[in-house]
Amino acid sequence: MEKQLVTLPNAPLPFVDRLAVRIAAPVIVAALALGGWEAYVRIAETPSYILPAPTKIVQTLWSDRAELSAAWIVTLKTMFSALGLAVAGGVVMAVLFSASRLLEISLFPPAVVLQVTPLIAIAPLLSVWLGDQPWLVLLLCAFIVAFFPILSNTVAGLQSVDHGHRDLMRLYGASPLQRLWMLQIPSMLPYFLTGLKVAANLALVGAIVAEFAVGAGGKQTGLASTILESGFRLEVPRMFAALALVSFTGVAVYFLIHALSTWLLSPWHDSAVRRDT
Amino acid sequence: MAQTSTPTHADKRPTAVELIGVEKRFSGGVHALGPIDLAIGRGEFVCLVGPSGCGKSTALRMVAGLATPTAGTVRSGGHQKGQPASEAGYVFQEPTLLPWSRVWDNVYLPLRLRGVSRSEARPAVERVLAQVGLEDFAKAYPRQLSGGMKMRASIARALVGEPSLLLMDEPFAALDEQTRFRLNNDLLHLWQEGRWTVIFVTHSVYEAVYLAERIVVMAARPGRVLAEIAVDAPAVRDESFRRSVRYDELCRKVSEVLLEAAR
Repeated sequence: MEKQLVTLPNAPLPFVDRLAVRIAAPVIVAALALGGWEAYVRIAETPSYILPAPTKIVQTLWSDRAELSAAWIVTLKTMFSALGLAVAGGVVMAVLFSASRLLEISLFPPAVVLQVTPLIAIAPLLSVWLGDQPWLVLLLCAFIVAFFPILSNTVAGLQSVDHGHRDLMRLYGASPLQRLWMLQIPSMLPYFLTGLKVAANLALVGAIVAEFAVGAGGKQTGLASTILESGFRLEVPRMFAALALVSFTGVAVYFLIHALSTWLLSPWHDSAVRRDT
Repeated sequence: MAQTSTPTHADKRPTAVELIGVEKRFSGGVHALGPIDLAIGRGEFVCLVGPSGCGKSTALRMVAGLATPTAGTVRSGGHQKGQPASEAGYVFQEPTLLPWSRVWDNVYLPLRLRGVSRSEARPAVERVLAQVGLEDFAKAYPRQLSGGMKMRASIARALVGEPSLLLMDEPFAALDEQTRFRLNNDLLHLWQEGRWTVIFVTHSVYEAVYLAERIVVMAARPGRVLAEIAVDAPAVRDESFRRSVRYDELCRKVSEVLLEAAR
């Protein structure tokens, strides 16, 4: 009988695949860019209300840490609540769609309409309706943009179930719940995680854009308001500091979901397996 | 001697599977099969051989309850009309292992669906894994296995519920010849021990002659039974049978029937 599991290659990795190189290359590029920026600002003596030096931005991040972190937490809360709702709503709706074709054909078009209408055009309307609860407007806006990628990817995932596997479940008399849990959910997982990556980023965009459009009236304001207010007062270093936090959030969430996806899929799915070619 | 025409099994075994006037037309109007009549005795190893489109896989799916006949009756053991035959094991053309489950869990699946707990299932799962020679690979994921090993796991899964009927749909068609020969021998060996009824679909005349006690030769458009040929060869077969004169004669005989129909 055949033996020996597929073994991992022992040959040295190509230069660009080595972990050290993969970390060092972007770090060097970033250091060069920041260094050039810093040098330019110092040599040209650009005033910090036009273009602050990177060191100045770091200083601001530290000196304004109280206000900045308060605003950051508001934005994070909006983003993650919206993402949570989008995941719950998108997955439940996709499962309902897979159970009922009628539901799918009746509810998919409105979902598409909501998706293709620019968020910035919907936000003022929501704020007219829900003006006294600005946080709810932000939440809804971020939810609307994050919902669709979850829904459409999960629907695609549920439909992509292998025919042979379907037959297998029928043959051994699986109940609809067993089929959902043992076949459909694992089959759709790679699709769902792709949707999640997009949705997390869109939830952040939604949370920021909605705050620009609506203005966060209340006491609790997010990073978008910080950027706007700092702009009015020409506190450009603070604008950059808030911007840096927004970017950092986006990157961190992306890597978090990437790690989750690798952890869930790497034992079995092609997308998470590095192939020796 | 080999006998052509209707089933005249020397041994009068009770019928395990019976197709009476079975016909299949697909909704597009394609006349896929029949009407055909076929009786298979308990413990018998029957191969359905024929070109693509002769309805051999369709017939097998109907026996399993995965497809319903447009006309006629399918009787197999205790299985009710339209209901999948729970006491049948089925081996698909592809291994159809769940890629996210380890080999052990893949083999456990039919029992799990039946509500058997893991600890209750352990002896059965480990027994069939040992039977197919995969006891050391219980913890592997399907993608870590070779094509032949995947098919072994698939056979183990079909056997774990101790079926009285094993349905196999071109299970070895995608494998290389050496692996196929080895699996042919292993399957025969398992069948000697288990003595379940086997319906084995293949397009390979050589494979059919090597495995079967009786070969049902089919033709396409519409799918129909051309002849039934009893393989009067030793029940215990090994590679020497493949090189015997008897084997050559039988292969030629089956091929001639198929060629005749193609003319």
